[in-house]
Amino acid sequence: MPKDQSIHKIMVIGSGPIVIGQAAEFDYSGSQACLSLREEGYQVVLVNSNPATIMTDPEIADAVYLEPLTVPSLTRIIATEHPDALLPTLGGQTGLNLAKALDAAGVLAQYHVRLLGTSLATIEQAEDREAFRQLMHQLHQPVPASRTVHTVEAALAFAATAGYPVIVRPAYTLGGFGGGIAADAAALTTICDRGLRQSPITECLIEKSIAGMKEIEFEVMRDATGTAIAVCCMENLDPVGLHTGDSMVVAPALTLDEVTYQRLRTASLAIVAALDIRGGCNVQLAQAPDSDAYAVIEVNPRVSRSSALASKATGYPIAKIAAKIAVGLSLAEIQNPVTATTFAAFEPALDYVVVKLPRLPFDKFPTAERTLGTQMKATGEVMGIGTTFEEALLKAIASLASDPQAQATLLPTPEPTGAALMQALRQPTEQRLFAIFAAVHQGWTVAQVAAETHIPAFFLGKLAGIWARLAALKQTPMTAAAVQAAQRFGFTQAMLAAAWAQPLAAVAALALPPSYQMVDTCAGEFASATPYFYSTHYPSANESQPLGHSVLVIGSGPIRIGQGVEFDYTTVHCVQALQAMGYHAIIINNNPETVSTDFSVSDRLYFEPLTPEHVLAVAALERPLGAIVQFGGQTAINLTEALVAGGVPILGTDLAGIRQTEDRAAFAALLKSLAIAQPAGATATDRDSATQIAKAVGYPVMVRPSFVLGGRAMAVVQAPADLAAYVQTAIDAAPHQPILIDHAVRGLECEVDLLSDGQQVFIPGIMEHVEGAGVHSGDSLAVMPPQHLTAAQQATIRAIATKIGLAVQAKGMMNVQFVVAEQVYVIDVNPRASRTVPFMSKVTGYPLAKLATRLALGEPLAALGLPTGDLPVPTQVAVKAPVFSFAKLPGLPTALAPEMKSTGETIGIAPTYAAAMQKALVDSYHLTVPQAGQTVLLDATAAAAPAVQQALGTWGLRGVTARAQAKDCWAVVNTATTQTTSSPLNDYALTHGLPLVTATDTLLGVLAALQ
Amino acid sequence: MEKYLYLEDGTCWRGTACGAPGAVAGELVFNTSMVGYQEALTDPSYTGQLLTFTFPIIGTYGVLPDRNQSTASGCQAVILHTLEATPGPTGVTLDAFLQARNVPGIVGVDTRALTQRIRAHSPLKALLLDAPLTAAFAPVYARLTAAAKEPVRPLRLAQPGGHPHVVVVDFGAKAGIIAQLEAHGCAVSVVPPTTSLAQITALRPDGILLSNGPGDPAAMPTVLPLIRALQQRYPLVGICLGHQLLALANGARTAPLQFGHRGLNHPVTLLASGQTIMTSQNHGYTVVPASLAQTPLVVTAVEANDHTIEGLAHKTRPVFSVQYHPEAAPGPAEARPFFDQFVQLMEVRVTRHA
Repeated sequence: MPKDQSIHKIMVIGSGPIVIGQAAEFDYSGSQACLSLREEGYQVVLVNSNPATIMTDPEIADAVYLEPLTVPSLTRIIATEHPDALLPTLGGQTGLNLAKALDAAGVLAQYHVRLLGTSLATIEQAEDREAFRQLMHQLHQPVPASRTVHTVEAALAFAATAGYPVIVRPAYTLGGFGGGIAADAAALTTICDRGLRQSPITECLIEKSIAGMKEIEFEVMRDATGTAIAVCCMENLDPVGLHTGDSMVVAPALTLDEVTYQRLRTASLAIVAALDIRGGCNVQLAQAPDSDAYAVIEVNPRVSRSSALASKATGYPIAKIAAKIAVGLSLAEIQNPVTATTFAAFEPALDYVVVKLPRLPFDKFPTAERTLGTQMKATGEVMGIGTTFEEALLKAIASLASDPQAQATLLPTPEPTGAALMQALRQPTEQRLFAIFAAVHQGWTVAQVAAETHIPAFFLGKLAGIWARLAALKQTPMTAAAVQAAQRFGFTQAMLAAAWAQPLAAVAALALPPSYQMVDTCAGEFASATPYFYSTHYPSANESQPLGHSVLVIGSGPIRIGQGVEFDYTTVHCVQALQAMGYHAIIINNNPETVSTDFSVSDRLYFEPLTPEHVLAVAALERPLGAIVQFGGQTAINLTEALVAGGVPILGTDLAGIRQTEDRAAFAALLKSLAIAQPAGATATDRDSATQIAKAVGYPVMVRPSFVLGGRAMAVVQAPADLAAYVQTAIDAAPHQPILIDHAVRGLECEVDLLSDGQQVFIPGIMEHVEGAGVHSGDSLAVMPPQHLTAAQQATIRAIATKIGLAVQAKGMMNVQFVVAEQVYVIDVNPRASRTVPFMSKVTGYPLAKLATRLALGEPLAALGLPTGDLPVPTQVAVKAPVFSFAKLPGLPTALAPEMKSTGETIGIAPTYAAAMQKALVDSYHLTVPQAGQTVLLDATAAAAPAVQQALGTWGLRGVTARAQAKDCWAVVNTATTQTTSSPLNDYALTHGLPLVTATDTLLGVLAALQ
Repeated sequence: MEKYLYLEDGTCWRGTACGAPGAVAGELVFNTSMVGYQEALTDPSYTGQLLTFTFPIIGTYGVLPDRNQSTASGCQAVILHTLEATPGPTGVTLDAFLQARNVPGIVGVDTRALTQRIRAHSPLKALLLDAPLTAAFAPVYARLTAAAKEPVRPLRLAQPGGHPHVVVVDFGAKAGIIAQLEAHGCAVSVVPPTTSLAQITALRPDGILLSNGPGDPAAMPTVLPLIRALQQRYPLVGICLGHQLLALANGARTAPLQFGHRGLNHPVTLLASGQTIMTSQNHGYTVVPASLAQTPLVVTAVEANDHTIEGLAHKTRPVFSVQYHPEAAPGPAEARPFFDQFVQLMEVRVTRHA
C-alpha cells in the first residue's frame, strides 16, 4: 500500500521527563520515528518538555516545542501548527494519554487532526482491563480470572470459585502497597481487609495468581494489510510476579520448545489481529513450566521499553518501521535497513544470545524498599551480547556499573547465608542474581534454588555451571591456557583477576583478543553491512575491519541516578560533530534503551561493557586517532587512566587535567595557587581524622567520598554527634578511598558549563539554583540567566571559571559549581560535559557538546565562530525542574539532600522568570499558580518556620498540618529529613497525586518566582 | 573426541564429536531457525545433507515425544556451535537422541563463518570425519555418499471408509503433513513414488498430495507421467519437492537456488490478498518463472525478498501447490489454511460426484 498522500504535517508527542518506567527508550523510539517520517517526506512537529532528549534537536523535527505536556499547551500548538495528523504511540503512556485527552476534549476534531497508527478504540480495548478480558474470551485466549471487590466477603467468594492462590491488588495505592498473594482463605481475609483499608476508594482487584509461571514477551508488528510478524520473543528468567522491567531477560527464548513457542506466537498474532494493530505491539504471556497451559497477561499497543530492547537485540528498528506503517506503508514494501536487500516483512534470526539485566537504584537509595515485585523500580538496564548464554550474561554483569566487587566475584557483598540467603532467593532484590551464585557457592542444588526462585532449571543450571567453572579456576594456576579457556567460556578479565587474586594487568597479559561479530537480523543468511558489532571469545572469524581515521567515543552505560539520559545526549552530539568533521565516529556503550546504541547514529557501534578490557580491545582493533571520554559521564572519565595506560590518546582535556580536578588534594592546591576561595576542608581516611577535620572547618560540614557519582553517600552533617554514622556510610560506599570533609557554606548555588581550547574559555551562561547548597545540583530548580546575582558576582564567576579552565588546560567541556555567599566559593569541578549540557544547549542555541568535540579534536576556540566579549542578555528565561520517581520507590527518603534523587528533568522557557517557572513546574512538581484560599499541607518543621508562613501568607495560602482538611490542596510540603515515601504525609500526597515539595528552599523559591 | 569437517573448497573445521560416531558426506546446508531443532533434523528433506544450525545454542529443551518428522530418516549429520545437555521431559538429551538415530555431529564450529561460506559457495560438498582426511576429497566423498542407504518408504494404508481419503505420494514426507491432514479430518494413505496409477486409483482417493522430500526434482523424470495422470483425475496438491515436481509435470523447469531457503522466517506474499505471511521453508531448488509461460500453471505466491515462486495453481484443474511448508513443524502456523483449501476442493468434488 502506498503511503498516505493526503497528510503533510504530523505531530508527535514525546514522553516528557524521565521517570522510572518511562525512560530513555522513548527518546530512542521517538527520534527514530520522527526521522523515519521525515524520510518519507512528511513535516514533523514535535512536543516534549524534556530538554535532555535527542528528539527535541532541530535535526529531528521541522518544528520543536519544548512545552508542557498538557491539553491546553498542546491545543495551542495544534492551533498554531495545524498538523494534519497525530501519531500517538511513540511517547509512551504519557503520549498515549494525551492523545486520548485531546480526542476527548474535541481538539482533534476541531482542528481536523487525524490519528495515525493503531486507533484509540484499540488502545482503549487493550488498556481497559474489562474490555481486554472480554476480547480475550472472544478469541478463546486464556486470561487469569479476576474480580473487582469492595468487601472481604466478595473476595472470599471469588477465590472459592477461581481457586487459590490469588493476588490482592488494592486500587490506587503507591506501588500496589497493601496488596499481596493469599494462599488460603485466612490469608486472603487478612490481606484483603488491609488492602481495602489502604485503598482510598476501598477497592481491590482479586486475581487468580499465575505468579511463578514463565514470563514470555513477543514484540509484534502489524500493518494495514494484516501482515503481522513477531520481531522477537524474549524470555524473562524471573517468573511472572516480577515486573519485566526489573527482570533478567534473555532473547531469543531458550527454554520454549517448538510447539510451545508457536502456540504463544500464534496467540500473540491472533491478539494483534483482533485489536487491528497498525504498528508495534508488545504481548506479555505466562507459560506454565510443566504443562501446555498459558495465559495472556497484557498487551501494550505502542512502542515500549521492551520494543527498544527487542530492536537492539535483533537489529530490527521497530519504531522506525512502526512510523512507516502508521503512514500507510506495508511491511512487505518497507526495506529492511539492516540488509538493504531484503524487506521489513520477516522475522529476525539471531545467531547470538542477548541478556538484559535491570539497573536498580538501591546503591544510591540503600534505605528504600528493595524487594522487587509487580511495580517496576529499575532506572535503566544493560545488555550483554554473546554467542553463548554464559558469555552474554557475564558481559551484562560486567556492564552493570553497580558494585565492582560483586561484578567481579559474582557474590553479593556481604554474602548472605542461612535464613538471609533463603530470604534473598525468595524475595528478590537487586542482589538476586548474585544471591543465586551465593546459594550455589554454599552447596545448594539447582532444584533447591529453583524451588525458591521459580527460575527455570535450565538457567539455574547455567549459573551453577558458571560458578563451578569459576571455583575450578581458583584451584588451578593462572596460565595462558587457563586464562584463554576461561575467556572462551565467557569470563571477563576482571572476573579472572578476582578469581586468581591477581592484578588485572597480569590477566590481560595472558589474554586473547576477542573477535567481533555483526548483528545482522538474519544470522548470516544475507550479506549485510550493519555497523553493529559485539565481541566474542568463542573462536570465530573477526568480521570488523578497522575503519581508519576514527575516533572512539565512550558512552555512559546504564541510566542510573546521577547519570541519566543527558550523557547519552552529549555522546550522540559528539558523534554527530565528529562525522561533520570528516572522522569516523565509533561508539562503545552497553545500554539498549538509548539513541547512542542505535547503529544508524554512528559509523560503528560496539555493544560492549564499558571496562578497560573491552574498551582497549576495541581500541586495539580500530587503532583510532584517540578516545573521547568527556561525554560519557563519570563512567567514561573513570576509563581515562586505563586508556592512557593502554596507549590510547585522550582527545580533549588530558589525564593530568582530569586528575587535577578529580583528585581532591591536587584540586585544593590548584585553587589555592589561583587564589580562588573554596570551603575550608580536608581529606579524612578514618573516623578520628574526620572528627578532627570537622571541628577545624566548622559545622555544618559536607561529607563525601571522592570518585563517586551523583553525590552518592554524600551528606550535610549539622552536629558532631551525627558525624560518625555518615563517615561510615562514606567509607562503605568507596572503601579505601579518602573522604572529603568540607565546611558547608550557606549561599546561592550556581554553575557554569564552559568551552575551552586550553588558551581561551567561552562561557555560554550561568545557571542559578533555586535551592541552596546542601541540595544536589541535579535535584535543584535552576534558572538561566541568573535572577539574583549581581553583575559583579557574575563577572567573578566567569573569571574564576576561566581561570580554572585555563589552568587545567581544558580542551572541550568543563563544569564548575559555585556557592555565592560573602564571596564566591568553588565547590566542585567536573572535567567533562555535565548533566546540564542539553539544557544549556537548548536554551542558548549553542550546540555545546558539538562545539566541545571540535575543541577536543584540536580546533581553536576562535575557529568556532562564537561571540567574544559579553554575551547579550537573553530575551527568554529558562527554568530546569527536577522530576522524582517517588511513587515508584517505597521507603525512599524524600527530603532533598546532597545525594541526588531525581530521575529526570523538564524545561520551561518564557519571557519572564515567573512564566518560565510556571511552565517548568507543570510536568515536574505539578505545581500551579496558587489561588488565595488554597491549603498547603505542612509537616511540623515547615509549619514552624516563620519564612514558610510568611511566604504562604503573601499568596493567601492556608498552611495546615491535619490531613483531613486538605480540600483544595495546592501542595504537600514535607521537609523532614527522616521521612520516606512511605511516611503518612508523603504517602497521602503520592496516592492522591498531589504536588510534593520536600525542601523549604524549593517552596520559598517557587512562591517567590511565581510572583 | 575430535571431529573434522572438510569442505570441497579445501577448508577444514575441527571440533568435538557429538551424536553417533562415523564418517558421512553430503551437501552442506544451513538452517536459521531458533527453535525446532528436533523437527528439523528429523525432516526427511535433509536426507543426504549435513545440517548447520546458525543458532549457536542447540538442545536447550532436550528431546520431546511426538516431534520427530520421520522415524529414521533426516539429515546426514549436524554441525553445531554449542550443544546443550538438557534432558527433555523424558530424560533424553539431544546428544543421546542423535546417537540413537545414528546421526553424527560436530560441536565447536564457528557456524557463522561456515554459514557465510555456504552462502558464498553453495552448493558445497562436505565430509564429516572421525580423523583427519589423508586422501583426496572427491573419492572419499564418492565412497561415503555411495554407502549412504536409500531410505525405505513403506506403504501405509488408511482404514477403509474414511473421507476425504488422501493418498500421499511419499518422496520423503514429514510426519507433520500427515498429522495436519488427519487434524483436518482426512483419512491418509501413504504410498511410495514407485506406485502405479492403477494401484493409486484402486485406493479410491478423494485427493492426492505430492509430498516434500530430498533431492533435485529434475533428477526424477520417471514420476512425472504419474503426476500428469493423477492431476487429470483428482484434486491434487504439492508441497515443496511435490510442488516442484508438479511444475515439471506441467512442462515448467526447475533450477538450483543460489543458496537454499532453510528457516522459519521466510516471508511469502500471497498474490490474491496482498498479505505477506511467515513460512517454514526447506528447499534448494526453485521453479523457473519464465518456464511457466507455456504451462497451464499460474503463480499464486512469491517470496517477498527474492521473488522466487512460492505457490502455483492449475488454470483449469483443482490442482495447486506451495513451495513452503504449510504443515510448519517446525515453524509458524500462518500457512495452515492450505489444508482447509485442499479439504474444500475434495469436498466440492465429492459433492459433485455424489
